[in-house]
Amino acid sequence: MFGKLTLQSLPLDIPIQMGAVLFMVLVTAGIIGYLTVKRKWKWLWSEWLTTVDHKKIGVMYLVVAFVMLFRGFVDAMMMRSQQAIAEGAAQGYLPPDHYDQVFSAHGVIMILFMAMPFIIGLINIVVPQQIGARDVAFPFLNSVSFWLFVAGMVLVNLSLVFGEFARTGWTAYPPLSELQYSPGVGVDYYIWALQISGAGTLLTGINFVATIIKMRAPGMTLMKMPVFTWTALCTNILIIGAFPILTVALALLALDRYLGMHFFTNALGGNAMMYVNLFWAWGHPEVYILVLPAFGVFSEVIATFTGKKLFGYTSMIYATVAITVLSFIVWLHHFFTMGSGANVNAFFGITTMIIAVPTGVKIFNWVFTIYRGRLRFTTPVLWTLGFIITFTIGGMSGVLLAVPGADFVLHNSLFLIAHFHNTIIGGAVFGVFAGVNYWFPKAFGFKLNEKLGKRAFWFWLVGFYLAFMPLYVLGFMGMTRRLNHYNNPAWQPYLIVAAVGAVVILIGILHQVAQLVVSIRDREKNRDLTGDPWDGRTLEWSLASPPPFYNFAVIPEVHERDAYWAMKQDGSAHQRPAKYEDIHMPRNTGAGVILGVAALILGFAMVWHIWWMAALGFLGLVVTVIARSFEEDTEYTIPAEEVERIENELAAQRQLQTSEA
Amino acid sequence: MADQASSGHSATFDTHERHIASNRVFGFWVYIMTDTILFASIFATYAVLNTSFAGGPTGKELFDLPSVLLETIFLLTSSFTFGLGVVAVNRGRRQEVLLWLAATFVLGAAFVGMELSEFGSMIAEGFGPRRSAFLSGFFGLVGTHGLHVTFGLLWIAVMMVQLVRKGVTIGTTTRMMNLSLFWHFLDIVWICVFTVVYLLGVM
Repeated sequence: MFGKLTLQSLPLDIPIQMGAVLFMVLVTAGIIGYLTVKRKWKWLWSEWLTTVDHKKIGVMYLVVAFVMLFRGFVDAMMMRSQQAIAEGAAQGYLPPDHYDQVFSAHGVIMILFMAMPFIIGLINIVVPQQIGARDVAFPFLNSVSFWLFVAGMVLVNLSLVFGEFARTGWTAYPPLSELQYSPGVGVDYYIWALQISGAGTLLTGINFVATIIKMRAPGMTLMKMPVFTWTALCTNILIIGAFPILTVALALLALDRYLGMHFFTNALGGNAMMYVNLFWAWGHPEVYILVLPAFGVFSEVIATFTGKKLFGYTSMIYATVAITVLSFIVWLHHFFTMGSGANVNAFFGITTMIIAVPTGVKIFNWVFTIYRGRLRFTTPVLWTLGFIITFTIGGMSGVLLAVPGADFVLHNSLFLIAHFHNTIIGGAVFGVFAGVNYWFPKAFGFKLNEKLGKRAFWFWLVGFYLAFMPLYVLGFMGMTRRLNHYNNPAWQPYLIVAAVGAVVILIGILHQVAQLVVSIRDREKNRDLTGDPWDGRTLEWSLASPPPFYNFAVIPEVHERDAYWAMKQDGSAHQRPAKYEDIHMPRNTGAGVILGVAALILGFAMVWHIWWMAALGFLGLVVTVIARSFEEDTEYTIPAEEVERIENELAAQRQLQTSEA
Repeated sequence: MADQASSGHSATFDTHERHIASNRVFGFWVYIMTDTILFASIFATYAVLNTSFAGGPTGKELFDLPSVLLETIFLLTSSFTFGLGVVAVNRGRRQEVLLWLAATFVLGAAFVGMELSEFGSMIAEGFGPRRSAFLSGFFGLVGTHGLHVTFGLLWIAVMMVQLVRKGVTIGTTTRMMNLSLFWHFLDIVWICVFTVVYLLGVM
C-alpha cells in the first residue's frame, strides 16, 4: 500500500535529525496557527498563492530562497564544526552516514534552492519593469514554474522527515548513485526534487526569453536594454540550453534505478562517465546562470550610485554574450582526471582560461565606472566592492585550476572547495544581496535599514575570508573534500579558523534578519513615495514603489540607453498622458498551486515506490493542464477611469514627497 | 508565425489578442529548441552506448527494416495530413480541420502501435532494455520519441474537442500552430532516429 515507506523510515534514532524535524514541525505549526488566528488564509490564497503577478511571484521566490539559505547554512555549520573537532582520536558528532547526507544536501540546497530562487526572484521582480512591460509573456506559466520549484524544495526537506537524503554529494555520480551502491531512497529524493524543480526552471527560461525578446517597450532596441535585463536574457538562454541536459541525465539515472537499465552501471556496458559529462554539460552553464544576473546587478548598482552611465556598456554586453557561449565548451574541466587524454584536456583547459577574459573586461568596466564618479557608499555598493575583490581572487584560483597538470594535484581537494565558494558566494550571493538591498524599496515601498545592512556586509565579508582562505591552504596540504574525520594534526588549526569564519558569517546572517525586522518595524519612517530613492537610471525607478499591479499605465517610449535618466534630464519623466486607456491583465488562478501539489505527490510517491499514488499525481498534472486549456476567461479589463484614479493617487503621493524634500 | 496564425481573421481579432498569440507561438518555438537539446543529449548517449552489446544482440540482428519503414511512412504521412489541417484552419473550415486531425490521429496511433509491438516482441525474446547498455540506449531514445508522439496524440484529441466546442478562434488557431510545430518536429526527430538507430544499426 505504501511502497517502501514504513514507520522505520522515520529518523527516530537520530537525535540531530529529530531535532530538525521537530523544529520544522513547530515552525510550520506556528505559521498555520498564526494564519488561522489572524484569519489570513483567504488573503494568503487570493493575494499570494494564486497570483500571476510577476512582482509577487518574485517576492515569493526570495522568501523561499532566504529560508533555504538557513537550511543550507545549518548544514554548513554542522560540517565546519565536525571538521574542527574530528581529528585523530576524536570522532566528532556526525557519523559518516549522516555527514555524507549533510554535504550532499548542503550542495543541492545552496545551488538549486537558495541561489537559483534568489536569482530568479530578482529577475521576476525587475525585468518586466526594466523593459516597460506589464507582466511576463506567460504569467500563468510563471506561477507554474514557481510551484514546481516549491514542490522540489518541499521534497528535499521531506527527506529529513521520511527516510534519508543522497549520500553521493550534490553531483550524484554513478556508479555510487546506482541502486547497487545506494539502495536507499536518498538518491531518489535527489532525482525527483531536481527533476521537478528543474522543469519549473526550464519553463522560467522559456518565459523570460519570450518576455525579453517580445515584450520590450517601443524604442528599446537590444543595445538600449538595461544591463541587468541583458544578463537576465543570457541567463535564461543558458537555462533553455542547459536544463534539458540535466533532465536527460537524471531521467537516465532514474531508468537505471527504477527499471534496471544500464546507462551508467558498471555491468553490461554502461558508461558512468557519460553521466558525469551530461551532468557538467548542464552544471557548468549553471554556474553562469547564477553569476551573470549578479554581474547585471553590480552594473546597475555601480552606475546608479556613481551617478554615471556605465563605462563600456557595449563591451559589457559582448563580454556577457561571450561568457554565455563559452560556458558551454568548458564542462570537461570538472573532470580532467577522467583520462580523456592530453589534447582533450588542453582544449578544455584553454577554453576555461579564455572565459576569464570577458570576466576580466567586466571587472575593468566596473572599476572604470567608479573612477572619477561620486560613489555613494550604500549597502549595495559595499556588496559590489566586496564582490570585485573577492570574485577576482576566486577567478584567479579558477584559472589556476584550469591548468590540467595543476588540476591533477588539486582535483577534489579543499582548494577546489575554496575556489568555487569564492566565486559562487563572492559572485552570485554577494550579487543577490546587493540586488535585494537595491530593489527592496521598489518591491515593498520602503528602504532597508542601512546601518544593519552595512554591518551584515562586514560580518559576511570577514567571515567569508576566515572561512574559505584556510581551505586553499588545506588544499595545498593535501586535504580532500567530504571528510568527516582525519588523522593529521597539522590540518586542525586551519579547520578551526574556518569554523570561526562560519560563525562570523552566521552573525552576518543574523544581522540580515535583524535588518529585515527593524526595517519592517520602521517602515513608515523609511517610506519611498517618490519611487526613485537612489536617483536611478532605468525604467523601474520611474514607477511608484511598490508599482501598481499593472506597472505602466502607459507603455513608455524609449529613446536612450538609461531611459529614465534621459527622461529626468529632458523633463519628460512622469508626464501625465492626455487620456488613459483600458488595461488587460491576467486573472489569478489556483491551477499553478494544484500543479505543484500534484507534482509533489508524484515525486514523493515515486521516491517510495507507491505506484497508485504516483499514478494519481501524474493524472492530477495531466487533468489540470487540460482543464486549464479549456479556460477562456483568463483575463480581465481595468477600465481607463480606474487606471486614472490609481495614477492620480500615485502622482499625489509623489508630489507630497517631492515638496517635503 | 503570428501573422500566419491570424491571417484571414485579422479584422476580427484585436491587437491585444494578436500580441498574446504571437508571444505564444514564439514561446513554443523556444520550447521546441529545449526539446531539441533534450533529444540531442539522448542521441549523444545512444552514440556512446551503441556498440556496448555486452554479449547481447546487435542492431543488425534485431531490427526489421521493412516494418520500421512502414512505421516511418505512417508518421511522415501524418505530418502531411496535419499540414492539410493547418491549411484548413487558416481558411476557417472547422469540419475539414477535424477530418484531417482525425486522419493524423489514426496514423500517429498506428505508428505508436507498431512501435509498441516492436518493443513487446523484443522484450518477449529477452532483449529488453536490461539486456545491455546498447538496448538501454535504444529503448531510451526510441521510447522518448514514442512518448512524445503519445503526448501529441493526447493533444490532438484535446484539440479536436476544443475545435468542436469553441470553433476556429484565435485561441484554437494559435494552438493548432503550436501543435503543428510539435508534430512536424517529432517527424524530424524520427528521421534522425530512423537514420542513426535503424539504418546505421543494420549496416
